[in-house]
Amino acid sequence: MTVTTTSEGTHTEEAPAGHPPTSTGLSNEKVAMWAFLGSECLLFGALISTYLLYRGRSAPNTITPEDVYDIPYTSVSSFVLLMSSLTMVLALAAIQRGDHRRVRIWLLTTGLLGASFVAGQMYEFTVFYREGLKISSNLFGSSFFVLTGFHGAHVTLGVLMLLSLWSLSLRGKLPASRSETVELVGLYWHFVDIVWIVIFTVVYLIP
Amino acid sequence: MASEAGTSTPDRPAPDSGAVTDEATPDHDPTAPAHGHPTEAAYVKVALFLAAVTALEVAVYYVPALEGVLVPILLACGLIKFVMVVAVFMHLRFESRIFRRLFVLGVLLALFVYTIVLTTFDVWSR
Repeated sequence: MTVTTTSEGTHTEEAPAGHPPTSTGLSNEKVAMWAFLGSECLLFGALISTYLLYRGRSAPNTITPEDVYDIPYTSVSSFVLLMSSLTMVLALAAIQRGDHRRVRIWLLTTGLLGASFVAGQMYEFTVFYREGLKISSNLFGSSFFVLTGFHGAHVTLGVLMLLSLWSLSLRGKLPASRSETVELVGLYWHFVDIVWIVIFTVVYLIP
Repeated sequence: MASEAGTSTPDRPAPDSGAVTDEATPDHDPTAPAHGHPTEAAYVKVALFLAAVTALEVAVYYVPALEGVLVPILLACGLIKFVMVVAVFMHLRFESRIFRRLFVLGVLLALFVYTIVLTTFDVWSR
């Protein structure tokens, strides 16, 4: 292990890695992350299916999706989350070439875009609540808040991980040799994005 | 005439010098992508494409004349966005088959199980 001091700060560099010394030749952490993401498909599949199952089965004369959805507003939120996937992949590209200044810029940008999405969702929930939609209002309210709330919790966790990486990089503890850590957080982040792609299409746009 | 033996070339360190060669280090070219991944310009192009597809989705939603084909169009747009993010941003296109199988297995299993559930509860005819 060597410690290098550059104009970007001090970074602890470990020996360059080839194939990880595992039976598959693949990183165990990465295998675990992909398996985790595969299992998350089942979790969100269950939540989306529950929403589809309950939509249109609420008691008569109660609030419906058409009464509360604001498609232009949600479209902007979707755009924000989509662009955060771009900044995330740019952060990964930056750390893989050892450009620590840009890593910090893109990680912080991704975190802020994610935080904007969560703030937008909280605002949306508040508006829905004022319009009379609560988690206990009807089947639509229950399934909608549980689905989007679970997704929002995932985004919040992703923002925390991104800010942790940004903090590590600021302190010089995120060298290029640890780019896989950024890659793993990136995989989680992109997954959260693709789940929203499905939610936006199936829950908000399809009548 | 001086012999070239023993002279060192400035851009190619000796094999036993302990120095890392250009091929082995990811930062030999600041603009080169790692492991055959797309370039930053390609990522930006994909993001712009995804933004355009999202705009198309929202536009189609507001066109009454397309009401009959709204669901297939929206599903196609969603699928395109999903595949592009997974293949390019998550690098699944460039990764080991094991990763691809793990993720695709999860997606297909979810589709299979929940299609059966929704069909059982007669969701499609509503």
